[in-house]
Amino acid sequence: MSDSIIKIQSVNKWFGDFQVLKDINLEVSAKQKIVVCGPSGSGKSTLIRCINRLEEHQKGTIIVDGTELSESTKNIEKIRAEVGMVFQQFNLFPHLSILDNCTLAPIWVKKMPKKEAEKIAMSQLEQVQIVDQAKKFPGQLSGGQQQRCAIARALCMKPKIMLFDEPTSALDPEMIKEVLDAMVNLAKGGMTMIVVTHEMGFAKEVADEVIFMDEGMIVEKAKTKEFFANPKSDRTKLFLSQIL
Amino acid sequence: MNKINLLKPNKQNLNTYLYSGSFLFFIAIFDVFLSSFFEINITSFLPNFISFLLPLILGILGLHLIRIEFSGIKNLDLLNKNINTSTFNAVLTLLIIFTIIKSISPIMSWFIIDANIAGDTKEACTGSGACWTYIKIWLNRFIYGMYPNELQWRINISFILLIGLAFVGLIPSSKIKKFLTLYYVVIYPIIAFILIYYLISGGSLGLEWVETGAWGGLSLTFIVSFFCLIFCFPIGMFLALGRRSVLPTVRYISIGFIEFWRGVPLITVLFMSSVMFPMFLPEDFFMDKLVRVIIAISLFEAAYVAEVIRGGLQALPRGQYDAAKSLGMGYWKMHIFVILPQALKLVIPGIANTFLALVKDTPLIFVVGLLEIVGMLNLAKTNPKWLGFAMEGYVFAAIIFWIICYAMSRYSQNLEIKYKTER
Amino acid sequence: MNIKIKKILPQLTTLLVVVLIFGFFTFNAQVNMENRGIEFGYGFLSQESSFDVQFSLIEYDGSHSYAKAYLVGLLNTLLVAFLGILFSTLLGVVVGIARLSPNYLIQRSAAFYVEFFRNIPLLLQIFFWYFAALRALPLPQDAESMFGISFLTIKGLFVPRFIWENLDIFLYSIIAAIISIVVIRNYARKLQENQGRQLPVFSISAGLLIIFPLLTFLIGGVSLNFEIPVLEQIATTSFKYDGGLGIPPELIALTLALSLYTATFIAECVRAGIQGISKGQKEAAASIGLMPNQILKLVVMPQALRIIIPPTTNQYLNLTKNSSLAAAIAYPDLVLVFAGTAMMQTGRAIEIVSITMFTYLSISLTISLLMNWYNKKIAIKEK
Repeated sequence: MSDSIIKIQSVNKWFGDFQVLKDINLEVSAKQKIVVCGPSGSGKSTLIRCINRLEEHQKGTIIVDGTELSESTKNIEKIRAEVGMVFQQFNLFPHLSILDNCTLAPIWVKKMPKKEAEKIAMSQLEQVQIVDQAKKFPGQLSGGQQQRCAIARALCMKPKIMLFDEPTSALDPEMIKEVLDAMVNLAKGGMTMIVVTHEMGFAKEVADEVIFMDEGMIVEKAKTKEFFANPKSDRTKLFLSQIL
Repeated sequence: MNKINLLKPNKQNLNTYLYSGSFLFFIAIFDVFLSSFFEINITSFLPNFISFLLPLILGILGLHLIRIEFSGIKNLDLLNKNINTSTFNAVLTLLIIFTIIKSISPIMSWFIIDANIAGDTKEACTGSGACWTYIKIWLNRFIYGMYPNELQWRINISFILLIGLAFVGLIPSSKIKKFLTLYYVVIYPIIAFILIYYLISGGSLGLEWVETGAWGGLSLTFIVSFFCLIFCFPIGMFLALGRRSVLPTVRYISIGFIEFWRGVPLITVLFMSSVMFPMFLPEDFFMDKLVRVIIAISLFEAAYVAEVIRGGLQALPRGQYDAAKSLGMGYWKMHIFVILPQALKLVIPGIANTFLALVKDTPLIFVVGLLEIVGMLNLAKTNPKWLGFAMEGYVFAAIIFWIICYAMSRYSQNLEIKYKTER
Repeated sequence: MNIKIKKILPQLTTLLVVVLIFGFFTFNAQVNMENRGIEFGYGFLSQESSFDVQFSLIEYDGSHSYAKAYLVGLLNTLLVAFLGILFSTLLGVVVGIARLSPNYLIQRSAAFYVEFFRNIPLLLQIFFWYFAALRALPLPQDAESMFGISFLTIKGLFVPRFIWENLDIFLYSIIAAIISIVVIRNYARKLQENQGRQLPVFSISAGLLIIFPLLTFLIGGVSLNFEIPVLEQIATTSFKYDGGLGIPPELIALTLALSLYTATFIAECVRAGIQGISKGQKEAAASIGLMPNQILKLVVMPQALRIIIPPTTNQYLNLTKNSSLAAAIAYPDLVLVFAGTAMMQTGRAIEIVSITMFTYLSISLTISLLMNWYNKKIAIKEK
């Protein structure tokens, strides 16, 4: 097995008394695309938020690109510079233009000159096809445009891994396609991606592996074709029958 | 580097560090406790300066020793994340704890331990604490003002009746529910006015007349607050509607009115009402001081209420207006049945705030010569037989106002929650 | 045609009613004034006032005009308003942030402070500080000194008066420091744009602000002497402080009460502003690698300030209006001096009250207009 870029070993997490992640074990190789699905409350969002330390795990180890995720803030910042995240609620900065949203981190974290940052930003915006909105503000864009900008913003930091937390769940149906297209493009370019989503069409097209989570545990993990053709667990079968 | 590492706990030596750190921490608190409550200085053998800072230093050291990022012991982690995340945080925590300990003793002794409440005269106050005797003797004046003692039963009856009638809203009969709004907005104020006019003021029905200048104290606070609340609300509502009117004259007159009253201090308004206002009225038309004050304060607060309600009207989605209009409702029907009920629910906190401000503004009526409770306090403290007790009076009034205002703000918070969930 | 009438009729009626009311008042006023032999006019403003004012920022005594007295009152009002705004903002921001602290003790202490001072009437607080707390201060002869140069007594706070030598050079140095700070900031910004490097602008600015003025002391011929207040006996039992600067207890009590009271409201504004920023904003900023202080500076504060500033400016306005309560403790502000003493002496009620109200109205409207302009300028653009 190629050296994994993400190693999650025996991870457990509690919110107070409620255990939300139960003994999770997962290894992700570079350039792999993984889709995580499951009913709401299954812990899938929590899991990927642990990878960039937006949530803290209480037990177990998470190693991202050779660095262990722990209390040490130096490690956290190092990991966050290499892991990009796209949120369900977009979370664009409303007081900055689209271009400034994208150049903010490169300028202040990577200490890039403004012109260089803008060049990178414009090329990323072009990749997601909203380069003509660059000078506009998030409030002036549609949901689909905002989410694509959010993808571009994360990509401007040249991450090695991209995490997607239900990126299309807050979008109107006609805008889902444009965002999924952008994500497919990204996948084709060789990015390591972990996507939490209900969009099974996307999974079938792009994912290498599909993981089904329920009640905090990984119930089933299989290569995409296997997963959809021969789900092994009853719970998986039930879930698939409900959404397909 | 090594020295600092020596002082940081880790998983191996956790217990030792835990015990020694907690020990230092508790010694620090104990020292402050002793010096504050019993005036025993266990470190008096050290020079003054060091003895004073010692608890702080010990406390910082103690907290430093138990500061570990993740120990696995639930309570320790909770403590560390909460009050001990860094030295700065620890210092603040210690300072707050020390201040609390240091202030309990003098406050307790002033309020209770060294205070006096028995007796009848100034001489009865022998302790160094508060002279509650002063409050006890003057309590009558603080509540009823200069209202003649033998007639105070009239005020008592009026208030008991009014309070009783206020709870009519709790009667579960459905027939009454329909009339509730009408009751509270029209009937209840009229009853209140009749009670005040005939019972408290008197002058007819065989009751002796008591001029409004003699009214005072807490009872006056309530009367003024009550009537101003009742009047400022409908006036404010009309102003808010007027400000959003499509008719330019109405709109500009409303804007002018609102901005005028909001731009001037209340004390100048009261000055105006007592000095200027008589000039604007016909020679022989005499308006009672109290009536003038109530009109002035009502108009003043109405402008603020108007702005608050306007916020609510603006926040309502346009769809509500459209839907009501498309159902054929005219301007007034739409506002009474659709717009205002929703808008008012939205701005409950704002209106509660304005009411609270009104209650807190009542002490200003001393400007026209009416003495509500704060005014009575100022009068009492100049009495030659009772000089030097200003502090007790102000603390007493502060407690009363605090209770009233806090209760009101809690009630409005509850209302807000109740209406939020109903949506 | 019908619609036109529907629109015009109510307007005409309202206008008519308003005009009638005003006319009624004006008519009565004229009649009353005639009967009492009072004339109407603003000429009295140039007459001699013949009353002194206890505390004034400018030269004034009884031989100056009423107009000058007005100015004295106005300046005193602005002084207490300025001090009140300054202290209440500092205190309010600290308490507001403390309210959001994860430290239980800090959060609860801040909450206690807000709930305590917010629910007690301002007038009562002013009375408390003036009549109860400050009255407990020692007499001048018994006062203990602070650092040997300041004295807090029942007659006021006496601090050393600054006596400057070559004050203008000192001020020029400060201006020079500010100019160089602006230049350095521009330079640092260009540097970051072109090369990405970041200069520690804050430290450099602070350093300049300290070094330039300091230099003027060493080589610019500027010197600072202190006139320390000295205890003097003026009668067998009464003492006073000579020299130095005396801050009257009225001003202290008023500023203290106004600041403590208004700070509670500002604290709530600040808290609402910071809480109003959704968690997602901070998460997104963290996820692209920004450090906590960068998140605060670049993402949270710009958005929070937009929420905080309008209601805070409202509080400043309230504070300025509340300063009129000075009349209750004889601090010579605009209301007491002009609408109080001057009005009692001249009897020109309508003129004086109208000028006073007009002054406050102007202050309020100016600040409102500035606020509206500011809001439009920084409004977050939406569809």
